[in-house]
Amino acid sequence: MTPPLQVVPPQGPLLRAEHVTIEYAGAQGTVRATEDVSFDMHRGDRFVLLGPSGCGKSTLLKAVGGFIAPRAGSLRLAGKPITAPGPDRIVVFQEFDQLPPWKTVENNVMFPLLAGGMNKADARVRARHWLGKVGLAGFAGAYPHTLSGGMKARVAIARALAMQPEILLMDEPFAALDALTRRTMQEQLQSLWEEIGFTMLFVTHSIEEALVVGNRILLLSPHPGRVRAELNSHQFDLRSAGSVEFQAANERIHRLLFGDSPLRATPTPQPFAVHA
Amino acid sequence: MNALNHPPIRPEYELALAGAPAAQAQPAAPGFALFTGYAWLRKAGILLVLALVWEAVARWYGNDLLLPTALQTGRALADGIVSGELFGYIGISLAVLTQGYVMGIVGAFLLTWLAVSNRLGRELIETLTSMFNPLPAIALLPLGLLWFGLGKGSLVMVLMHSVLWPLTLNATAGFRAVPETLRMAGRNYGLGGLRLVLQILIPAALPAILSGLKIGWAFAWRTLIAAELVFGTTSGQGGLGWFIFQSRNELFTDKVFAGLGAVIMIGLLVENIVFQTLERVTVRRWGMER
Repeated sequence: MTPPLQVVPPQGPLLRAEHVTIEYAGAQGTVRATEDVSFDMHRGDRFVLLGPSGCGKSTLLKAVGGFIAPRAGSLRLAGKPITAPGPDRIVVFQEFDQLPPWKTVENNVMFPLLAGGMNKADARVRARHWLGKVGLAGFAGAYPHTLSGGMKARVAIARALAMQPEILLMDEPFAALDALTRRTMQEQLQSLWEEIGFTMLFVTHSIEEALVVGNRILLLSPHPGRVRAELNSHQFDLRSAGSVEFQAANERIHRLLFGDSPLRATPTPQPFAVHA
Repeated sequence: MNALNHPPIRPEYELALAGAPAAQAQPAAPGFALFTGYAWLRKAGILLVLALVWEAVARWYGNDLLLPTALQTGRALADGIVSGELFGYIGISLAVLTQGYVMGIVGAFLLTWLAVSNRLGRELIETLTSMFNPLPAIALLPLGLLWFGLGKGSLVMVLMHSVLWPLTLNATAGFRAVPETLRMAGRNYGLGGLRLVLQILIPAALPAILSGLKIGWAFAWRTLIAAELVFGTTSGQGGLGWFIFQSRNELFTDKVFAGLGAVIMIGLLVENIVFQTLERVTVRRWGMER
């Protein structure tokens, strides 16, 4: 059922981006999305691309997915250049319409497995397993339109994990969720990673989310996207979100992205506080 | 200072929740259910009232040749059904219709494929649909008669024309409206070419395709009846339109009305049973349409 384990993991980074420049045709001529971006991802990384809108982080993720070809530079997965989309890099999108509405939750999870040539019985067993992992075993027969936003995101994650890709590509997967659901999803993602261990590339524009979800953060500056810094964040999780170190890291990233402009008046950002 | 800047400060409190309350489904208001549940009954009532008005007007007028009563029409319809005469005409009409409809669908999918595959094809199809969609199919019948002669060929040609353009227009719009995310998801799983079309694009565009099929059916049905009225028989056998035309010639006005009733009933049956069932088991079940 599970693919053969790699007994000897190949040495070196799993994903290597070297001097990647991406351009696309916009309404007014060519737009440069990223410029000369290089980074290495290793197996087991929760690598975050963080930056304000316009820094090309989503474009970079789509290039890793194989949907966009870089203008210059190279993207290599396990030494092989990325040329086209493939099931070894499964994308979890932000949009809820990533789940075909004509398939039940279970069929949605089975869909890429069947597309990859697995037989139906095996695919069903595996879909059930991963739906259980994200806590949706009871919703296997439901259609996506009957689910909440958070549940749809969980189906998309189960579907991606069921494929056991080399890299999970998460394109702001929780950005369309409400704050409480987003926090729950971050917790679940964290515990799934601790339990199963996968490699993921995570795009976000939230500094807090980057610190909580990732172990390594690539900071990108906007217009065009250039590397500003690469930081460690493996020491943080949701429990340390209020700590002094967390706040310091938060402020440091803010400073790197927006310069020394005066920070917010409150030293501790509290999203739920009504009166500061 | 603004008084609104100082709302009162109140004491805080916490409550312990004693278990989750049992979920109580709110029963729908009985009056409302009565009005929604028996729509068909009310419609049947309306039909009955209309038939009574018709009966009264026809009896008052007292000329069977111009306006037969509802009862006479009903009897003619029943006779036609019992003797099987009407079924023969309906069968011929539907056989021709099915042929033209299926050929129209095949043509529309070829055109749609052309329209979504490249820019030149798209512009070609846009031009063609904007030219031919407003053209009533029946207006092509003289040409059809010229090219294919009196017979099935010319009927099938106008039927095809009546299905082809509305379906192409709808299907093309449907394919273009497929969310980019869904396309990318499909490509992500290694789907491409025909597999992407069959497994992602067609189901995602199904609401638009179904509405195109519905419009095409309605156009085809009225075009067929009109065409049969114009020249009637196809190789010695006529359809429902021919039945209406012939009955008028023989001054069986009740049969004319019965034929019209049959045309209406078949139209309603296909709309309400075939297409509504199709929609219920697909797009409405999937939440793509209410």
